[in-house]
Amino acid sequence: MVEVEVRNVNKTFGNFKASDNVSFEIERGKLIGLLGPSGSGKTTILRMIAGLETPDSGEIYIGGRKVNDLPPGERGIGFLFQSYALFKHMTVFENIAFGLTVQKKSKEEIKSRVEELAELIGLKNFTRRYPLQLSGGQRQRVAFARALAPNPELLLLDEPFAAIDAKVRQELRGWLKKTIHQLGITAIFVTHDQDEAVEVADEIIITNRGRVEQAGVPIEIYQSPKTPFVAKFIGESVQVPDYTIFKGFEGYEQHEGILRPEFLEIGATIEEMPQPMPVTTERGIVRGTYFRGSTIQIDIEVKGQLLRGFRGLEQPPLHEGDLAFVFIHKIYGFDGDKTQVIENAAKFRESVII
Amino acid sequence: MRESIWLRRFLIFLAATFLFVMLIMPLILVVKEALAKGFEVYFKALTDEFALKALYLTVEATILAIALNTIFGLASAWLLTKFDFRGKTFLGSLIDLPFAISPVIAGLFFIMLFGRMSPLYPILQEYDVAIVFAIPGIILATVFVTFPFITRELVPVMESQGRSEEEAAATFGASGWTIFRRVTLPNIKWALGYGIILCSARAMGEFGAVSVVSGHIRGKTNTLPLHIEILYNEYNFTAAFAVASVLVMLAIFVLILRNVVEYYSKDIEREEVVEPSADLKVGVANG
Amino acid sequence: MFGKNDVIPGRRLTFGITLTFVSLFLFIPLCAFVLFASGMGIEKFWSAVTDWRNVHAYGVSFFCALVAGLINAMFGLVIAWVLVRYDFRGKKIMDALIDLPFALPTAVAGIALTTLYAQNGLLGQFFYSVGIESAFSPMGITIALVFVGIPFVARSVQPVLKDLDPQLEEAANLFGTGNWTIFSRIILPELVSPLLTGFALAFARGIGEYGSVVFIAGNMPYETEIAPLMIMTKLEQFDYQSAAAIAIVMMCLSLAILLGIHGWQSRQLKRIGGVVSA
Ligand SMILES: Nc1ncnc2c1ncn2[C@@H]1O[C@H](COP(=O)(O)OP(=O)(O)OP(=O)(O)O)[C@@H](O)[C@H]1O
Ligand SMILES: [Mg+2]
Repeated sequence: MVEVEVRNVNKTFGNFKASDNVSFEIERGKLIGLLGPSGSGKTTILRMIAGLETPDSGEIYIGGRKVNDLPPGERGIGFLFQSYALFKHMTVFENIAFGLTVQKKSKEEIKSRVEELAELIGLKNFTRRYPLQLSGGQRQRVAFARALAPNPELLLLDEPFAAIDAKVRQELRGWLKKTIHQLGITAIFVTHDQDEAVEVADEIIITNRGRVEQAGVPIEIYQSPKTPFVAKFIGESVQVPDYTIFKGFEGYEQHEGILRPEFLEIGATIEEMPQPMPVTTERGIVRGTYFRGSTIQIDIEVKGQLLRGFRGLEQPPLHEGDLAFVFIHKIYGFDGDKTQVIENAAKFRESVII
Repeated sequence: MRESIWLRRFLIFLAATFLFVMLIMPLILVVKEALAKGFEVYFKALTDEFALKALYLTVEATILAIALNTIFGLASAWLLTKFDFRGKTFLGSLIDLPFAISPVIAGLFFIMLFGRMSPLYPILQEYDVAIVFAIPGIILATVFVTFPFITRELVPVMESQGRSEEEAAATFGASGWTIFRRVTLPNIKWALGYGIILCSARAMGEFGAVSVVSGHIRGKTNTLPLHIEILYNEYNFTAAFAVASVLVMLAIFVLILRNVVEYYSKDIEREEVVEPSADLKVGVANG
Repeated sequence: MFGKNDVIPGRRLTFGITLTFVSLFLFIPLCAFVLFASGMGIEKFWSAVTDWRNVHAYGVSFFCALVAGLINAMFGLVIAWVLVRYDFRGKKIMDALIDLPFALPTAVAGIALTTLYAQNGLLGQFFYSVGIESAFSPMGITIALVFVGIPFVARSVQPVLKDLDPQLEEAANLFGTGNWTIFSRIILPELVSPLLTGFALAFARGIGEYGSVVFIAGNMPYETEIAPLMIMTKLEQFDYQSAAAIAIVMMCLSLAILLGIHGWQSRQLKRIGGVVSA
């Protein structure tokens, strides 16, 4: 069942197009990540769904109801602001209770709901504090509880982890995912961190320059990026101006593409290679090696082009200046504003076009 | 740069002497002259019928100016900081206009509007409404000269607070009044207090504008400053200074109040600085 | 301006209130004045503006306000310097005291200063004994204007001085630069802008000031009459047209000062911006 539908939405600020014909659907109960570079219009989309901004054209549906003309308070949403926007002069209790007091709920009802939520966010003993007396992570959770208090159908979170340090962020991510699934509500969260999106979201919507580039489950986006932007934006990549110079990729009309490190096999000797044949294996010179924790990153020059790949820690080490062998499994080739996956001809003898 | 101790002392001495001569000595003089003929004369001057009437009118004009300017200040600051519209800068400058205009000219404006050569004059005559040379004129002139005070104090504070707290409240369906009372007002209360203090100080001391529109009718259209002028021009110095001493006390009270307000508002800021993360402030500009 | 899609409520209400107040207390009075002044006729206007007694009054207002502004610029700088950089007893009181001219009714200041600087006054004795007329003279007017202008310069220099980057000075110290050089080459340039702002505000205020000046001025024609007083005089003679004409000259004068300073500052800002980006 579709919980949120955004249909052909446009929004300009002055003459800047912040949303360009944005359309997508979100199913009930899903946790969606809205991912894109800074200024790509993520916040704008979220604010339009919340009713904090009005689209110039297009429709927005929440729970099957067109909400374009509904004020934010009547859309059944909870909104978590990028900066939390906690009420500075109210205690944690009053902050969480705000939505309920506006709805004129009874005192007992408010008290039990706030206590329940304080328990949920693990701040049961902090309800008398003011936001300024809390840490960033605690504030984030208070803002979360405040948004949840009136039982919204849909939760909108704008960069919920942006202002929190790395370690706490890691904890909160897991906590958020668990809590939202536990509550069974639909949620959209904005982020410009792809690791965060991949880790937390059930599905990802990728935005760029006000447009939706691609939407889907993380693995699908990763394995078959539809546009050059998505291919470049997701995962690590090296762009090559002409991939037809490499063995196994000759004869294509388009030349531009990108390579992910995991598309490369790097061997110190020819025997290490999966297909130890000189016809399919490139030779290159190691230009740099970097210890990356669980792997070693190798920057290697092949036919004047600097490529990047990984090697395991247990494999024989390579050093700068060493000669090494490279096998390229596949390449994401660009075709206008589309991307196609091109496998090495040596593997399949034909390319797979998606 | 480390100045020699003598230069430091000299500079402190210079500043202190200047302020002593220019500010303290006049204050002392007022008290001294007021009590020159003893307490009895002093109290008599203060309880004089006309002095009391002038005090009454001053209080009346001040309270009205505060009330009107508070309503206006809150409304205009809300309008200028919570919404975008064309002509916003122009409106802001218009509100500041009274700062750039001599109070005497401000008084002149109201004479032109309601006085004898005004097209409104015959109408006012017909209904027997007196504005110029009467109490309404004094109140109008007082409001005019204090017009920008509260707006000026509120706008920068509300601007720096941003709109996100109000927007957050709106997502819960809170009404405008609830948002104002529960979210905005607690954030601006010190600035509002400060604006009211400035406004009242100016209102009770206004001379030029009020002088133009008052008509100097003793016991009827005289405020305390105008009453002082009359007493002084009648060479009744002791009485003039006696009345002045009341205003001196009010001024000192205003200064103390001002510092108290500043202390408390700083106190809140300090609390914020101590906290490690400044994200509440950083996030304000988020669109 | 309709705002039917506003998230935060109250646009119509606050717009209504603001517009009502602005029209009632600012716009309509201003229009009445403009209407009246424009109906005056250029000849009458010109003869009132160029009346020698009036011209003299503008001159007195202008020069006394100018001198008072300069004196305040000097002492305002010293006061701000002392308050920001030094610690001494009574500092808090000094800091609070600076705002007294904002809080004290001008009429009170006027009579107090007059008594103080008159021939038999506490301070006037000294001046008169060496042949200086410290009251009922341009000097008296200047003293009153110094009083009302004290807070402007000090209050605009103070925050800038506080925020001055101490590293600049430390860097200069490393080169063994002398105190005077540091002050004149590093600190003073930063203070020019707030000094000027404070000076302009004090200057503009001085031109329009009435309450504190009338008592000490003496109000002798062609000598110590100030422009606002001329307006009062004309009003008492029911010569509204002359009053309006003088008011127009004064408003132009204040406007020119404020705009001039504003223009100078934005040019200055551009120049600094240019240096940084170069
Ligand atoms: N109220 C506004 N007025 C004018 N321009 C705006 C406004 N809000 C957003 N924009 C512009 O629209 C574009 C998209 O803004 P948006 O805040 O949606 O980006 P974002 O993807 O959330 O970026 P970030 O990751 O930095 O938060 C930006 O270029 C921004 O400058
Ligand atoms: Mg954003």
